[in-house]
Amino acid sequence: MARKITYQQAINEALDQEMSRDPSVIVMGEDNAGGAGAPGEEDAWGGVLGVTKGLFHKHPGRVLDTPISESGFIGAAVGAACNGLRPVAELMFVDFMGVCLDQIFNQAAKFKYMFGGKAQTPVVIRTMYGAGFRAAAQHSQCLYNVFTHIPGLKVVVPSNPYDAKGLLIQAIRDNDPVIFMEHKVLYTMQGEVPEESYAIPFGEANVLREGDDVTIVAFGRMVNFASEAAAAAQKKGVHCEVIDPRTTSPLDEDTILESVEKTGRLVVVDESNPRCSMASDIAGLVAQKAFGALKAPIELVTAPHVPVPFSDALEDLYVPSVARIEAAIIKAKEYK
Amino acid sequence: MTSTLNREGLLKAYRTMRTIREFEERVHADFATGEIPGFVHLYAGEEASATGVCMHLDRKDYIASTHRGHGHCIAKGVDPVGMMAEIWGKATGTCKGKGGSMHIADLSVGMLGANGIVGGGGPLICGTALAGKLRGDRSVGVCFFGDGASNQGTIFEAMNLATVWNLPAIFVAENNGYAEATSSNYSVACDNIADRASAFGMPGVIVDGFDFFAVHEAAGEAIERARNGGGPTLLEVKVSRYYGHFEGDQQRYRAAGEVQALRETRDCLLQFRRRVTASGEITEAQLDAIDAEVKALIDDSVAKAKADPKPAAADLMTDVYVSY
Ligand SMILES: Cc1ncc(C[n+]2csc(CCOP(=O)(O)OP(=O)(O)O)c2C)c(N)n1
Ligand SMILES: [Mg+2]
Repeated sequence: MARKITYQQAINEALDQEMSRDPSVIVMGEDNAGGAGAPGEEDAWGGVLGVTKGLFHKHPGRVLDTPISESGFIGAAVGAACNGLRPVAELMFVDFMGVCLDQIFNQAAKFKYMFGGKAQTPVVIRTMYGAGFRAAAQHSQCLYNVFTHIPGLKVVVPSNPYDAKGLLIQAIRDNDPVIFMEHKVLYTMQGEVPEESYAIPFGEANVLREGDDVTIVAFGRMVNFASEAAAAAQKKGVHCEVIDPRTTSPLDEDTILESVEKTGRLVVVDESNPRCSMASDIAGLVAQKAFGALKAPIELVTAPHVPVPFSDALEDLYVPSVARIEAAIIKAKEYK
Repeated sequence: MTSTLNREGLLKAYRTMRTIREFEERVHADFATGEIPGFVHLYAGEEASATGVCMHLDRKDYIASTHRGHGHCIAKGVDPVGMMAEIWGKATGTCKGKGGSMHIADLSVGMLGANGIVGGGGPLICGTALAGKLRGDRSVGVCFFGDGASNQGTIFEAMNLATVWNLPAIFVAENNGYAEATSSNYSVACDNIADRASAFGMPGVIVDGFDFFAVHEAAGEAIERARNGGGPTLLEVKVSRYYGHFEGDQQRYRAAGEVQALRETRDCLLQFRRRVTASGEITEAQLDAIDAEVKALIDDSVAKAKADPKPAAADLMTDVYVSY
């Protein structure tokens, strides 16, 4: 039975159902319960924005609050994954990867390969990303591209509640290290989500809208912006195909390439800074593998090459807008 | 005599603490109306710590602060008017509206920034202290950090480095009992953060953070030692925050009446007032006059912040590099 819940509730439900199904699943992070050692309530926070609320009481002993020691507990999650557990560790904001990246990219990502295939590290690192909260330069970045660069990591960027649940369940069952990127602005997004458990396979794009004129590839929150822009373009007679790859690694290249073969025009929408981004990655892919089909230069709609500004006046300019996407669609379509 | 401070010094200390309190109470009130954007962490209750330490510093001494940085900024001499504008996201702010509450900085007064990354300041202050040491200018670096931050690897590394290089660095652990919703009883493995000092080969001192004079005296000793080449100190200031972790925090993890009891019995401003008036060094009227002046200053800062312009679109692309 499907009913409407939020992205945040979908994530909570995925964690809850997987913890119920598999006793090796544990959850850890800063204030994932909250109130540890304090005189007031237990489970006082359930995560900084309440995403893990309630799991502490439902699954006694399996939700661990951590000191502010990301290198320590993210690394511990990686080690536990090598020794039979399936930890879901929360790195509160992805910006904090700076203090624990070694455990992720030199350790977790490389074990399988370095050890000649003999290790597996089924750890999930849940982390919040993205601009829009006026949270400034160290709490707003969009860094899935950095993880995508690293062989050995899988990277998931759900754009809606249905995908958030199914992809997180897949992430927990997956035997490789997975970076699960949650856009903080999407937490309150509502959507139809089945009550029962289901897994969405990695590397399978979701085509939200079909069209012959322009292909749009977008990630995370930008998928929703792209859909809006495509709807607006439709009114002007431009038919867009909107593709949400859902995972940046593995990447569903076929769906993107087939679409570009059909439309000959590509717009990529990515909230990251533009250099070495998913935008440039998809552009490179299409330039290499569908060059003959292109009828127009590839349009990239990204944040500019600057840190995320604090003031709303600047942050609103920083984040790619529906209007900018629509302009890129029209530009690609009108190119002769 | 209540301390080594003369009357002028006492009045300055009171004015600084009162300015921080007034600033924070006002931000708290304005945040509740929905007008202030982003994450805001208030320092109210902890004023004696920043003030007691920074009274010993001048412009060439650097401090590194935290996400809860407004008090450190004011105590180090950052202009509250610019700070308020920054918090409101205005072009006239200390950082042109680009940084916000969590990134207020003013290097011209030795304030290396509030910090959005817990534990980010420790290594940085080793660097400013190193520069001062190599120049031989007797300057020091002070890193403020919380009980939560005390568990961050960067802080451990910085303390070790400071001793290895015999740096003029002071590590001020502001133990307010909580890191977000987690008690320091849970997160800190030893009884006191200061107990860790011996492991890093430096003195560890515990001080009552509600008592300005205690902080002032202990910080004075540590800073003097550092200036004279005696190396780093870890100072643990036991204190409490009056508001939530950030504005909007329901604080269900706290005991009922916890903050009210502290405000009524241990508040740093109350204690200070009692002590200096009882000793006859300062009159109630002098302190009341400061209260009124500070209130006018903060009223003015808010009025200006509200009226000031937001950054212009072109500002988005500036200040990324010195040259490019
Ligand atoms: C590296 C890093 N991890 C986590 C956070 C999220 N965070 C911000 S403040 C905070 C608690 C800090 O506690 P403490 O050091 O005691 O300072 P206080 O808030 O009590 O002043 C946490 C976990 C962060 N900003 N940076
Ligand atoms: Mg604290």
